Amino acid sequence: MLVLEDVHTHYGKIEALHGVSVEVKKGEIVSLIGANGAGKTTLLMTVCGNPQATSGRVILQGRDITRDLTSNIMRSGIAIVPEGRRVFSGLTVEENLHMGGFFNTKSEIRKSQDHVYELFPRLKEREHQRAGTMSGGEQQMLAIGRALMSKPNMIILDEPSLGLAPLVIKQIFEIIGKLREEGITVFLVEQNAHQALNLADRGYVLETGRIRLHDTGKNLLANPDVQNAYLGG
Amino acid sequence: MAAHNLKHALFCAIVTLIISYPILGFNLASEGTTVTLEGAKTSTVVGVLLAAVIVFLFQLFRDTLMGSLRQLPAVNPLTNRKPMEQSKRLKLDSVLLTLMIIGALIWPFIASRGAVDLSTLVLIYIMLALGLNVVVGLAGLLDLGYVAFYAVGAYTFALLSQYYGVSFWFALPIGALLAALFGLVLGFPVLRLRGDYLAIVTLGFGEIIRILLNNMTNLTGGPNGIGGIPDPTLFGMEFGRRVKEEGNTSFHETFGIAYSGEHKVIFLYLIALVLAVITAIAIRRLMRMPVGRAWEALREDEIAAKSLGLNRTAVKLSAFTIGAFFAGFAGTVFASKQGFISPESFVFLESAIILAIVVLGGMGSQMGVILAAIAVTILPELAREFSEYRMLIFGAAMVLMMVWRPQGLLPMRRIHIELKKQE
Repeated sequence: MLVLEDVHTHYGKIEALHGVSVEVKKGEIVSLIGANGAGKTTLLMTVCGNPQATSGRVILQGRDITRDLTSNIMRSGIAIVPEGRRVFSGLTVEENLHMGGFFNTKSEIRKSQDHVYELFPRLKEREHQRAGTMSGGEQQMLAIGRALMSKPNMIILDEPSLGLAPLVIKQIFEIIGKLREEGITVFLVEQNAHQALNLADRGYVLETGRIRLHDTGKNLLANPDVQNAYLGG
Repeated sequence: MAAHNLKHALFCAIVTLIISYPILGFNLASEGTTVTLEGAKTSTVVGVLLAAVIVFLFQLFRDTLMGSLRQLPAVNPLTNRKPMEQSKRLKLDSVLLTLMIIGALIWPFIASRGAVDLSTLVLIYIMLALGLNVVVGLAGLLDLGYVAFYAVGAYTFALLSQYYGVSFWFALPIGALLAALFGLVLGFPVLRLRGDYLAIVTLGFGEIIRILLNNMTNLTGGPNGIGGIPDPTLFGMEFGRRVKEEGNTSFHETFGIAYSGEHKVIFLYLIALVLAVITAIAIRRLMRMPVGRAWEALREDEIAAKSLGLNRTAVKLSAFTIGAFFAGFAGTVFASKQGFISPESFVFLESAIILAIVVLGGMGSQMGVILAAIAVTILPELAREFSEYRMLIFGAAMVLMMVWRPQGLLPMRRIHIELKKQE
């Protein structure tokens, strides 16, 4: 579904990714874990074409998107839940969702909206509330719901557990599991390594711009190095 | 705390003295060929001292004063009012709008000529403010050179009529489209800028246009401006006493009524009214369309908007272009109303006033912007005797507004779009 081949990304003269290769297969949940500044977000942004990779290739559903415009990439069956949620705080929940389905027809929007409300009954209750007035967990649900509105084949989540209560995190991860059952491929980037790897089919460990480890989620959880570095021993 | 206040108040009073005494306390008097400096009248000096005392007292009791000022919104019935039901509000909105339009239609036949003329100006400002509202209020792009597009519209008509004898009705769409084109051209380079930087570049653009108009003497007549801009005609009927152009008839002869200079004024007013209503309706529709929501989304969070596949360039350009389009509209009407235009009419102050209207009215709110446009244009006319202090009053009004209602007269309310439930 999504393949990164030896991707190098620069911010100006500084190289942030030193040849990263990642593959996400259809129907999988793949987790990418790593410490602060390892390049997790850079990797995601490179997939979105902002900034573009300086060398290497990014292939989405068999198509080379390395040099595509961000707006075009984001319209080709992929959706991202950005770090820090970034809901439109002045718009209502419903309007936020409609923005997610911006390029779809009205009837498609209606369908996906009902579907999102099914996944997150909480959002239905808050339909006409301004997004900025909701709690962090609700906003995260909204951000995921908004990403689902475009009916993506693949969804990328950037630190969905950031700043949320443990109970809410559990809920969010349950939803991510549900997405897989619906056939949506999930690429999950997390600092919360334990939960991310527990849920994932496969995992990658990113360290200072390089992939250090790559294995199934279970094996990575059992790996002593990973345990030491990311799971608190 | 008290000692601190005293010190601060003393400091403010001294600053007041330092600023005002050298300016007001001395006069330049000419004695023959030389100029001498002499002290001002005692009353002026007393006035300056009095001002310092007032500043001192105000600063001393500022906390108590401002505290009681903040209490005032509680008296203001609007603040604690519960938001109305959406359907009820929309109904009230449309009733109010209809009443306003009916009132505006009757107005020229009961008001004096001067009042109608002023109302035309108000309508022009309404058009300008509504257009700028798209750029600043909805898309969140701070444009300080908006008057440039107004100038483009006005000069398009003036030049076309001067060189090619083009009539108002032909020039109107051309002026608006040309202004929109300028908006597009300006949009491209400035799109990567944000906030303050965007403001500076647009400010520069506004000045460039004005200076160009001033210096392209061969084409625009420079500071002398362009005169003799024709009035609009009604299906080939002119409003002057005598017909200027061959093939046209005159309005009063066709209808067999006595000639009156008022006809033209009323006609211009009605044209401005129709255009203002068209502007309001067009922008209202745009706001509810996906492009309107895209503007707001981009204003709220650029990265999130991009993550949803919105093309930032296209969205921003559309806001800029549409805003400029309506400024071109207003410019054409303005040129026709004045009959004479010069770069003087398109200075930065105009941009600032239009921006002030948008901010005072409540960013993004159409009704608020219309009310503010009326207030800002008419108040200085009513306070003619204080014309010297116009800007002072204006500034004071702005400060008071920011204290009382920082969100504007009628802040924008979100329009909900409800999809029909499937049966």
